[in-house]
Amino acid sequence: MEKILTKNIDKPNSQDIEVYLADGGYKALEKVLTLKPEEVIDEVKKSRLVGRGGAAFPVGLKWSFTSKEDGEPKFIVCNADEGEPGTFKDRVILRNDPHLLLEAIIIGGYAIGTSHGYIYVRGEYYPEIEVLEKAIKQAKEKGYLGNNILRSGFSFNIQLYKGAGSYVCGEETALLESMEGNRGSPDCRPPFPAQSGFLGKPTAVNNVETLANIPAIIINGGNWYSKIGSPGSPGPKLFCLSGQVNKPGVYELPTGIPLRELIENYGGGVRGEFKAVLPGGVSSSLLTDLDVKLDYKSIAKAGSMLGSGAVIVINSDTSMIDVAKNTIDFFAHESCGKCSVCREGTRRAREIITRFANGGGRAEELDLLLELGEVMYDTACCGLGQVAMSATTSAIKLFRDEFEQKVRE
Amino acid sequence: MFTLTINGEKVTVPEGTSIMNAAKQLRIDIPHLCYLEGLEPEYHCRICGVEIEGEPRLAPSCVRAVSEGMKVHTNTARVRRARKMIVELLLVNHSADCPTCERNQTCELLKLAFELGVKKVRFEGEKPSYELDETSPAIIRDPNKCILCGRCVRVCHDVQTVSVIGFINRGLDIKVSTFMEKGLGNVECTNCGQCIQVCPVGAIKEKSAVDEVWAALANPKKHVVVQEAPAIRAALGEELGLPPGTLVAGKMHTALRRLGFDAVFDTNFSADLTIMEEANELVKRITEGSVLPQITSCCPGWIKFMEHFYPDLIPNVSTCKSPQQMFGSLAKTYYAQKAGIYPAKIVSVSVMPCTAKKFEAQRPEMTDSGFRDVDYVLTTRELARMIKEAGIDFAGLPDESASQLMGLYSGAGTIFGATGGVMEAALRTAYKLVTGKELERIDIEPVRGLDGIKTATVNVDSLEVKVAVAHGLGNARKILDEVRAGKSPYHFIEIMACPGGCVGGGGQPISFDLALRGIRGQVLYNEDRVLPYRRSHDNPSIKKVYQDYLKEPLGEKSHHLLHTKYTNRGRV
Amino acid sequence: MSTALWKTKVDEVTKQRGKARETLLPCLEAIQEVSGYIPQEAVSYLRENLDVPSVDIYGVITFYGMLTTKEQGKYVIRLCNSLPCYLNNSENMLEVIERELGIKAGETSPDKNFTLEVVPCLGLCDKAPAMMINDKIYENLTEESAKKIIAELKG
Repeated sequence: MEKILTKNIDKPNSQDIEVYLADGGYKALEKVLTLKPEEVIDEVKKSRLVGRGGAAFPVGLKWSFTSKEDGEPKFIVCNADEGEPGTFKDRVILRNDPHLLLEAIIIGGYAIGTSHGYIYVRGEYYPEIEVLEKAIKQAKEKGYLGNNILRSGFSFNIQLYKGAGSYVCGEETALLESMEGNRGSPDCRPPFPAQSGFLGKPTAVNNVETLANIPAIIINGGNWYSKIGSPGSPGPKLFCLSGQVNKPGVYELPTGIPLRELIENYGGGVRGEFKAVLPGGVSSSLLTDLDVKLDYKSIAKAGSMLGSGAVIVINSDTSMIDVAKNTIDFFAHESCGKCSVCREGTRRAREIITRFANGGGRAEELDLLLELGEVMYDTACCGLGQVAMSATTSAIKLFRDEFEQKVRE
Repeated sequence: MFTLTINGEKVTVPEGTSIMNAAKQLRIDIPHLCYLEGLEPEYHCRICGVEIEGEPRLAPSCVRAVSEGMKVHTNTARVRRARKMIVELLLVNHSADCPTCERNQTCELLKLAFELGVKKVRFEGEKPSYELDETSPAIIRDPNKCILCGRCVRVCHDVQTVSVIGFINRGLDIKVSTFMEKGLGNVECTNCGQCIQVCPVGAIKEKSAVDEVWAALANPKKHVVVQEAPAIRAALGEELGLPPGTLVAGKMHTALRRLGFDAVFDTNFSADLTIMEEANELVKRITEGSVLPQITSCCPGWIKFMEHFYPDLIPNVSTCKSPQQMFGSLAKTYYAQKAGIYPAKIVSVSVMPCTAKKFEAQRPEMTDSGFRDVDYVLTTRELARMIKEAGIDFAGLPDESASQLMGLYSGAGTIFGATGGVMEAALRTAYKLVTGKELERIDIEPVRGLDGIKTATVNVDSLEVKVAVAHGLGNARKILDEVRAGKSPYHFIEIMACPGGCVGGGGQPISFDLALRGIRGQVLYNEDRVLPYRRSHDNPSIKKVYQDYLKEPLGEKSHHLLHTKYTNRGRV
Repeated sequence: MSTALWKTKVDEVTKQRGKARETLLPCLEAIQEVSGYIPQEAVSYLRENLDVPSVDIYGVITFYGMLTTKEQGKYVIRLCNSLPCYLNNSENMLEVIERELGIKAGETSPDKNFTLEVVPCLGLCDKAPAMMINDKIYENLTEESAKKIIAELKG
């Protein structure tokens, strides 16, 4: 498959605007500036591109909602707060192809009708922040950012926000809270950011990888794009392969590729004997079927979620209680603490799993955890709380005997 | 208007109505803990979740707006399972010393656990073990009981705009605390106690003086005098088996005598005295052309707020002490002299609807009698507990009056307890001072009621006196910013820290219901109507105290005993 | 670091981005960067300049893992312990580093040279186990490489 998202990353000095321009960079923007904003949105709608941050919401629809809202000014925010354990794909774009992202954000801004763009980038991504700062400067110098871009009358600026060490800020409402100078606790939706986002104004929040698809869609057309990969959720996808696998890394592949192919053909096989995989980071449920197709619908049907495409491979030497403990520790640490059910649920789940890890579990606590997982899914305010128990409950369901061996006498 | 069905029944409500409020119309009460009418919903507790057909998860009904054709279910197995489990989760992390908890009878968590049929807490785990915040002379916070509903944070920020408590830390370590965990006593807390009124559990309470007061009452060498603020008589009955809206002045005086107080007086008397001083001060400021508007000073919550946030307005604030403190300095001077008791023997107790009064009594300058002017401050709730502890059948008590010397009061004194009352009382007397005539329409309706800010113009001879009344510190801010900007048109402003005035004070029976506060206020207006004297300057005991002791308002003795100074406390 | 430095930084940030609450996080990050922590006086300065209550600023500081009101070591070691690193022996790395430094995770060494933190995913999962020391990345850690890195920093 021809690379779309990672086509530039191996070029020398790929971050430099000259390198980007030499291979058709900012041509999509030039084209967009001759179109009406609605036409841009229509093209994106045709592509059937869905968000790559985890929620898989159609991008064209999101932009269309935002553009139709009354509030002014509107905002476009690029979510570069990559934090889902096992995810390191946005980093590849941020570090190696920043202009691809900037071009996409400018196009998005034009489409929804705003001059205000933001990138909220993980605070720990020091090298990437430097790259972005430099890229913004270059784009300004070349007239792709700033007032009256390419004499089109359209003005657009991008400001960076740095995260400060909070996973939940990757959730879009929490991210906006964080930008507003608040604690990064998610808000209840509805209203969605498209209706009431940054400073209460209509805001489109899009993930880095999602946006990186946009220039190619503009150049080649939405129809072209919609034919790549799985028809239900087309396009290329960046899969982050990690864990107990021989060749971990980021692989750009069409959606729908079988899990086995990713691990065997690209990842060089499992280190040791395959036991299970988390297909969408620690927020997803464990899968043991290597033949499952890696697209949003197939993975959902298999009882998990593709999320950000963080495929974490686990081998047979690994205790599933340890996996459960590691994930629930993570969620307990990263819960914002606002929702009672997420805060207290992760607190108790962590205690219970820790007792199991130490050989002191109570048999009835396994079903209690399963019930807790369902209640958290039902009632937690944000995605973090809703899925915090996924890895744990799937571990109990798939590997119950491992837990039962650790029941105290 | 949207029509939706809830549990199969149709209901039509305006756009923007929450599911919870729509359900109320069908007489369905959806359980909740963090939602409270009067505060913005913050959906922390997740207990109010309901099923909406077509949605994958439960929706928080406190905040989710209805939509046309929505089908809601509030009582399915899935909903009940979630509620119960969340309550279990809250209980297991709650320091549940229910038998000895202040809020044993009024705990919303306890009530909910019972009503939802939580029979067993299936989780076991560590309980929190935080240190108590006892830095404030008025309020104690116990984070071990806190269920993190955030009501106190919202009332402190959104209603009072004091903003000294907030969520700190994250995840499992999250808690409600102050800047750098300094404690309420070391930040800009006004001690208004509205956080107590909204707390669903026993995480915030007053610093009790009950033990000290029992000890004083039991000490034969002490002569214990007591005063009760106007608002007590409008709410004490609620704690003791009487319906809201019952005036219990008479039973209150009787109960205090039965508790063993040696002299039962009434703060309403010193409220009248405050009016004498404050109205004279206002007339003086107007006639002499000095700093205006004059702002009332009887509310210690407001005073501390001003000292932190508006110290530049100190010259505007009346120098009059509050009725509590005027009473305090007279109890150990005027009364001591009249009764022939050595002041050191006198223990001066006040019963206040207020937590900030505990702070006020401890201010270092409040010793003008040569002693601590007020020794102990009890809240309405604390007095109710003492009455219960003593086994007094309050509802069945006969009515008695307070002792006349410092207990006779006018209607002007009694309405101090409701927002606008001080203004109305002051105008009744100021009018007389300026015109020499009595104000004919004695009920000044525009300053009554529950609007956050009320204004009126009163014609006093040729002068149009413009007045404003604000209750709740958030409302006060709006008026004060005008004063600060030099754009205030008013001559006289009344400010009360608590919504509804003192009847809604932080020491009153637990409630944040503004309508209930209105009912309590009405009790005082009703009493005003039937009292023999309705103007402070008509009160014979007031005439007597000036005649026998103080000589004249704003005179030398008054200045020494009844007036005070303020401090710029800065910000934290 | 001197007081003047964080003040200058804050003034720069507010000049560029405006004096509003939405400038709070960038200001806090600037202070953290130049001072290594957020001193109390800096909070007062932000309260005045951005009109945000102190307790809210404190609430924001304590929410985020990279902000702190406590003085940190010269080297802040952030070792990832999320699942991909965990599956590649990060727990072992933690033991090694704790032993080498003589402090536990969450602590700062008495000489104020090192602060050790166990942090969630740093986005370096393909080079697990990984850590960051200040703004520098260390990947594919082994017991030997971890020891060597610490030894070099100790000097």
